[in-house]
Amino acid sequence: MSYLSKVRAIVWKDVRAELRTKDILSSMLVFAGLTVLIFQFAFDLRASVIQLVLPGVLWIAITFAGVLGLNRSFVLEQDRGSMEGLLMAPMDRSAIYFGKLIGNLLFIFAVELVLLPLMTVLYNMSLLSPSILLVVFLGTIGYAAVGTLFAALSINTRAREVMLPILLFPVMIPVFVAGVQATARLLDGESLAEIARWVQLLLAYDGIFIAAAMILFDYVVEE
Amino acid sequence: MTAHKRSGRETFWMVFTGITGVLILIGVYMSLIWAPTALNLPTVNEQLAQRVFYFHVSAGWVGYVAFGVTAVASVLYLIKRSRRFDNLAVSSAEIGVVFTAANLVSGSIWARPTWNTWWTWDDPRLTLAAIVLMVYIAYLMLRNAIDDPERKARLASIYGIVGFISVPLSFVSVRIWRTIHPAVIGTASASSQGGFDMSGNMVITLLFSIFTFSLLYFVLLHYRLCLEDQRVELEEYKMAVMADS
Amino acid sequence: MIAIEKLIKAFGRKPVLKGIDLSVPAGQSVALFGPNGAGKTTLIRIIAGLSKHTSGSVKLGGQEVQQAGHGLRRHIGFVSHNPLLYDSLTAEENLIFFGRLYEVPELSQRINVVLDRVGLLHRRKDLVRTFSRGMIQRLTIARSILHNPPILLLDEPDTGLDQQAADMLRGLLLDIGASDRTVLLTTHNLERGLEWADRALILNGGKIRYDSLTDNLTPAEFRQVYTDVVATVPTIGKEPASS
Repeated sequence: MSYLSKVRAIVWKDVRAELRTKDILSSMLVFAGLTVLIFQFAFDLRASVIQLVLPGVLWIAITFAGVLGLNRSFVLEQDRGSMEGLLMAPMDRSAIYFGKLIGNLLFIFAVELVLLPLMTVLYNMSLLSPSILLVVFLGTIGYAAVGTLFAALSINTRAREVMLPILLFPVMIPVFVAGVQATARLLDGESLAEIARWVQLLLAYDGIFIAAAMILFDYVVEE
Repeated sequence: MTAHKRSGRETFWMVFTGITGVLILIGVYMSLIWAPTALNLPTVNEQLAQRVFYFHVSAGWVGYVAFGVTAVASVLYLIKRSRRFDNLAVSSAEIGVVFTAANLVSGSIWARPTWNTWWTWDDPRLTLAAIVLMVYIAYLMLRNAIDDPERKARLASIYGIVGFISVPLSFVSVRIWRTIHPAVIGTASASSQGGFDMSGNMVITLLFSIFTFSLLYFVLLHYRLCLEDQRVELEEYKMAVMADS
Repeated sequence: MIAIEKLIKAFGRKPVLKGIDLSVPAGQSVALFGPNGAGKTTLIRIIAGLSKHTSGSVKLGGQEVQQAGHGLRRHIGFVSHNPLLYDSLTAEENLIFFGRLYEVPELSQRINVVLDRVGLLHRRKDLVRTFSRGMIQRLTIARSILHNPPILLLDEPDTGLDQQAADMLRGLLLDIGASDRTVLLTTHNLERGLEWADRALILNGGKIRYDSLTDNLTPAEFRQVYTDVVATVPTIGKEPASS
């Protein structure tokens, strides 16, 4: 499929450039780590059992670090004017969206791959169960699906990077609520079947917004 | 007074505005005096505060209708590319923000004597209204951050659509999050949490209040649209002059 | 190959192109001149499909640009003011990326050919970040011809090129004439544009004011013509009564 090979080419290009500079990955990782550290101090005195707020800390770290990565994905294209090159290419423009989405997902997953074991060790709680990984996986997809669309949108505004979290956070609240709740309940020992409603919500969110973004992306990049 | 002769349209809107004003006054009378007191509520304070309910529900109603209009207008803008739809989208969104804010404030006033707190995250509807308010404040901020009118209309339409799609999902999420839902009208268990039974005159008052608020929405929308038309025209002239000099 | 009729482009209420009619047969190379703000870049971007026009018709090889599918973009090579290259990738990686987007067959061979053509073969493994402005421009030109497009749109391709590189570009364009490629280029260098193209156009005030083959046009004559055309028609403001 030529469409898929073009999506793959865009992912390859972004990953290749990122592995060379590590600008995005390093800033996301450091930011995620800092978030955990800050929350340690924020909750230390009041929350008698820090583990109770852990799911929230995890998802805040993912969300905040994610915004950095999402922003860079299009800011870099815009600053170098290279977006035109992508728009000129003989392909449906949704290929740009999916290429960027997959690239963003890879970067956020990479951060989560460090964050989850780190928090597991720091707080002596197992965040590495398959069920939690599934919830994190589904939540990240929904977050990045909307985030990639809005990142493309916010580079066309005056405030640029500042605009993305303002646009993104109110719309991604279902992901955040579902992610935190499902993670917390799984940590409490509930089974995947018991949190099925949250998983269904995440699946619905992912499906709806990937479809919506695929249709709307064309309108974002046209001039 | 006015130098030019009024067109039929203008006269219509003046009369319509006047009638709406009178109906709102009647609505206020009905809510505060005519509607029966919710006697099953334990304290006088709660009984008095309950009367904000008519205002509260109507404001919430208009808020959601307004955002729905914004979403439909956004879709139509992307299809037809007519400035009129974008004007409709932004006008309706602004009105929606005002009414949703009114809904939240009146909800707080009601919550204070009933639940003994200004705000509770346990009420999914209140939480949802807060989320939705943030979505549309973001929508207005996005518009503010773009200069080019075509781009502003296009990108805002996209956000208007995505934002509206997120509302039911947010509703589901806060609903599952807080499955205990207080203030369900007419159920037996509800009264313990501040719910009350609706008598016939209460229903009439509520429907009348929703009706008058809806009229108010149309009046505000009309004047806001006129304003937006003039603002856009001014903007275009400004751009043309700046480009020429 | 390029057929434009009654093209109008306005930003808001401000018209930039006020009715362009232009027909470029296959294999012709056309130089587009005009002062800053005349609408040269706007015109090229519309032909490239990057901007939407307000009214009129723009056809490439008989296909309406705005209606045609993305397949049409395969036939266009484009050099814009932006290099459209990635700093953190090598010259070769940049071309691999665009080659994949354009589905260029036998890509690695083709990359060697175009890199050799622009004199960058020895730097193919180097990051674009380390390139000078002229080298970036060469690589940009290599990128635009990578997929061997029948239509080449060059918006000020000579920016940042030294004399040697400019000669290289000229050689490329002459090749192009031989291979039936249609070229539309803009430049501020009158002599160079005249030398490179078969036909010269002057765009001013949103309209084409001058259109002639370059065969029997001397640089001195053309400079006079250009000065006259640009002076008689104000770039901005009202149309002269005679038009």
